[in-house]
Amino acid sequence: MKRFFCVMLCSAIVGASAHEKLNVVTTTPDLAAIARAIGGAEVEVISLTKPTEDPHFVTPKPSLVVKLNRADALIEGGAELEAGWLTPLLDAARNPKLGIGAPGRIQAARAVALIEVPTGLDRSHGDVHAMGNPHFMTDPLNARAVAELVAARFATLAPEKAETFKTNLARFTAQLESKLAEWEKLLAPFAGRRVVAYHNTWPYFARRFNLRIDLFLEPKPGIPPTPAHLTEVIARMRAEKVRVVLVEPYQNRKTAERIAAETGAVLVEFCQFPGGVKGAGPSYFEWMDYLVRALSDALAKTAEQ
Amino acid sequence: MKIAFNPLMRGVLAAVTFSSATNTFCSEWGALALTGQSTEPVEQLPRQMKQFEQGQGTSSSVSSPTNGTPPLPVLGARAAALPGSGADQTVVQQTPSSRAVLNYLNFSFSALMSAGVSTARNGEIRTGHPAPYERGFSLNSAELAVEGAVDPYFKAAGSVSLVLDPDGHSEVELEEAWAATTALPFGLQVKAGLFQAAFGRHNQQHAHEWAFVDQPIALTRLLGDDGLRQPGAQLSWLVPIAVYSELSLGVFNNRNPGFVATEETAEGWHSVLHGGALQDHELRGPGDLLFVPRMSVSFDLTGTQTLLSGVSAAFGPNNSGPGADTQVYGLDIYWKWRPERAEAGFPFVAVQAEALYRRYEAAARVGPTGAVLPAETLRDWGLYGQVLWGFKRRWVAAFRAEFASADTGAFDSDLRNDRFRLSPNLTFYPTEYSKLRFQYNFDHRQIAGADHSAWVQLEFILGAHAAHKF
Repeated sequence: MKRFFCVMLCSAIVGASAHEKLNVVTTTPDLAAIARAIGGAEVEVISLTKPTEDPHFVTPKPSLVVKLNRADALIEGGAELEAGWLTPLLDAARNPKLGIGAPGRIQAARAVALIEVPTGLDRSHGDVHAMGNPHFMTDPLNARAVAELVAARFATLAPEKAETFKTNLARFTAQLESKLAEWEKLLAPFAGRRVVAYHNTWPYFARRFNLRIDLFLEPKPGIPPTPAHLTEVIARMRAEKVRVVLVEPYQNRKTAERIAAETGAVLVEFCQFPGGVKGAGPSYFEWMDYLVRALSDALAKTAEQ
Repeated sequence: MKIAFNPLMRGVLAAVTFSSATNTFCSEWGALALTGQSTEPVEQLPRQMKQFEQGQGTSSSVSSPTNGTPPLPVLGARAAALPGSGADQTVVQQTPSSRAVLNYLNFSFSALMSAGVSTARNGEIRTGHPAPYERGFSLNSAELAVEGAVDPYFKAAGSVSLVLDPDGHSEVELEEAWAATTALPFGLQVKAGLFQAAFGRHNQQHAHEWAFVDQPIALTRLLGDDGLRQPGAQLSWLVPIAVYSELSLGVFNNRNPGFVATEETAEGWHSVLHGGALQDHELRGPGDLLFVPRMSVSFDLTGTQTLLSGVSAAFGPNNSGPGADTQVYGLDIYWKWRPERAEAGFPFVAVQAEALYRRYEAAARVGPTGAVLPAETLRDWGLYGQVLWGFKRRWVAAFRAEFASADTGAFDSDLRNDRFRLSPNLTFYPTEYSKLRFQYNFDHRQIAGADHSAWVQLEFILGAHAAHKF
């Protein structure tokens, strides 16, 4: 009888802890979308930043310290995207679960092959990311790799729910494959087309969909547009008939609008994160759907002219 | 952005190879290399993941590409060659990622220099140590700083400041050398070494975070030119509630000018504050140490407005005579607004204010003229308020108003007369590694009268730039 109670008690404790959700904090909303897709009902996900916020410049509000202090896991981009604000928050949060090397510290960049890794570090080239371009989630295959990493870490943190994460990952991957084929088909007619962006946010997207998003309104990363540079951009746009300009919520829209007006280009509202633009979220697929459709519409429209 | 030279990083960079000579992808960036491969493997996923894959057979399904698409990366064999999309675009070789470049040591060199004119005499210009100190050019500070993780249990930082004395000779000053725990449970943290005490807001900021070329008068008067900075230890606790709240208690050696005035005056070694000759002060027990408790709380008023406020105190004996104590109390408040779609952090508005009050028990003492000064309690107070308006990307306009005063004591000290100062300024930040600041000071002192100063300040930082706190 005593033994029976003991078993009951133990199972009750295990049961109680099994029903506790994993408390997951992500730095950005794209990582939050992945965490929700993999964790499903077993996780509580909070993103430290809003989709309309510039991830390079985030106000390190003390309220974020509290969120990090209570987290079981942190998913960060990890390739210096958050270098300007995350470290002091983590220091203040004093959460050993999020220490470097802990299973709860999930650095998405580690699952991904970064591109544009500089061979030398020299700030006269602007704000260059030493580890490579950190805007990697716009390539669906990178998102897949991150989802795999997240599923594996979630399984380590909550082994009793590993099956659920496995199922969710399989569902995510399957949907990603079919969606990717759809997106590639939509953008295939525009292979090789050049597109202008404000900041170098889209190299992974461009590579995946055979586009050239390599003309920027910023003269150097992090340096605001200068008149001389914009004149050059306009000249190149005219010479090469580049008719699409991408602008993100926190970038200077007026500058982008002016360039578009002067070159007869179409301004496309792009966003790095799900929910950054109306209709672009909240899931990873809704967001990517939006990006692909908005861009293919703009490219189709400008191709006719 | 933390970028630092170190052998580890060089090793990683040396492993990078160019994949194409016609590397013009985003050629606007100049000589940046854009693609590379490193020998570091992508993080190995735990065994569970491989079991997932085997169980589901997703590996095989994803490795069969749809028509014309590049093969999807497969676990364990991640290299996926992707064709270049244009004639002048690099053929990008997707290879295992360059692993996180971890730095043993982040190293930086920063310098603050000013040039300006003032109607005040050279000796009366400076408020706060890294502030301009004379007409013409001042090298306020040149600082070498390092920081990094010691091991899984400590992080540490140190900085050495090179300052010029009035004769132009360099002096070396140890500014900070401390270690703090990173893995204590229950939201606790211990910090030990030489560091700025957690008293108010300004006292915890480095000179390069200052919004003005100089330090508020109230802090200079009540805490000293270097602020409240002594060798000591501090325990802090992040209170486990839904609202950010931190409690801390620092214990320091008691050599701070606010408590133990050590400046030499024209009349000899007398306290500039109370006029008495200095008494030797040795540590005999805990009561001779300096204790600095603080509590701070923060709320997000809306999604774009945040408030941080704190109360601080510092208690310890002073050196006017036996049994004489000093208490300093401080109240600080900081409010910041920044819209959600801020471009590179602009625009923003930030308001910061601090009020300080000091109660100084001066023992009966012999003044500079030989007269006996009676035991008395000296009460000093001061406050400042400043508004920063980042009105346009890279530009910040600021205004500071401050006042400091004291009751009347037996000794007539310049440091206790009423002083009122107004300081408008304008700062241009080309990047977060450099700034150019223009400031005007209208400074009114009770006896000396009004003075006008105008300063231009330049700051640069080479190397690592630690991220700022709120």
